[in-house]
Amino acid sequence: MDIIREIENEQIRKDHPNFFPGDTVRVHVKVVEGNRERIQTFEGIVIKRRGSGARETFTVRRVSYGVGTERTFPVHSPKIEKLEVVKRGKVRRAKLYYLRKLKGKAARIKERRR
Amino acid sequence: MEKTILGRKIGMTQVYDGQGNLIPVTVVKAGPCTIIQKKDQEKDGYEALQVGFEEQKEKRLNKPALGHFKKAQVSPKRFVKEIPVTSTEEYQVGQEIKVDIFNEGDFIDVTGISKGRGFAGSIKRHGQSRGPKTHGSHYHRGPGSLGSVDAARVFKGRPLPGRMGADRVTVQKLQVVQVLPEKDVILVKGPVPGNKKGLLVIKESIKGGKEKAASK
Repeated sequence: MDIIREIENEQIRKDHPNFFPGDTVRVHVKVVEGNRERIQTFEGIVIKRRGSGARETFTVRRVSYGVGTERTFPVHSPKIEKLEVVKRGKVRRAKLYYLRKLKGKAARIKERRR
Repeated sequence: MEKTILGRKIGMTQVYDGQGNLIPVTVVKAGPCTIIQKKDQEKDGYEALQVGFEEQKEKRLNKPALGHFKKAQVSPKRFVKEIPVTSTEEYQVGQEIKVDIFNEGDFIDVTGISKGRGFAGSIKRHGQSRGPKTHGSHYHRGPGSLGSVDAARVFKGRPLPGRMGADRVTVQKLQVVQVLPEKDVILVKGPVPGNKKGLLVIKESIKGGKEKAASK
């Protein structure tokens, strides 16, 4: 068990800001096209975080042209160039699956002020 | 020489490769294996190395076994296995075989004892399909027909419920993802047979494929 933890701890990235479900984030993803590499951004609301340690993932939901898109990333993936928190959201649960049923104005999340 | 080492399955996790892709890996603690005895053509009729893996308390061994370790001047070992080699000349008794015989990207065959499933039905054991759950069906998970009435007996080999698992299983051509010599650990792509802490025999793969041909 300890060996596994050591291997996993080596992979953990500590450069991400703290982020939670409900936050709006911009994920800069490295995309390889042929032998060229470029950065693509994916901005949306974090609807869940699951798992722990090196295996943790998070899902970002965005609605573009009326079509809902969700992408799940491993938190510690080296493919994530950068992760920015655009807005902090005020939500009362950990998994925001209810957003999938809502559209337009109803799908907004109140901003958290501190 | 045939590369072989004994190991223990530690468990599974995931690592990123150079491109940032996630790869599922099994963590195996392999070696060091100490050579206890050399078997040679002249005396034994075949060439092999007898190796031991993991320490064993002296009091758990009987005198003949203890004497065997004493003769080789090695500490008592828990598991003793023979590794067939083409020639034992380049080895000495007491020498250790470590994980560094394998490199990243090598293909290996892993042998272990699969997880025991106990007395399993024919659906789990032989992959038969189940009957309907409802609509008046009383036939749910049974083994089906046992054969023709005319034969007046059941033929051998008929898939029926019985003991499943706990068999010796070899998975061929698994890739070595990483070797950590300082921890005696090897990361193997994908799953390997057996429970955690199960004993494994790791060999150089007999199915080399393209990669092996290229390296030669």
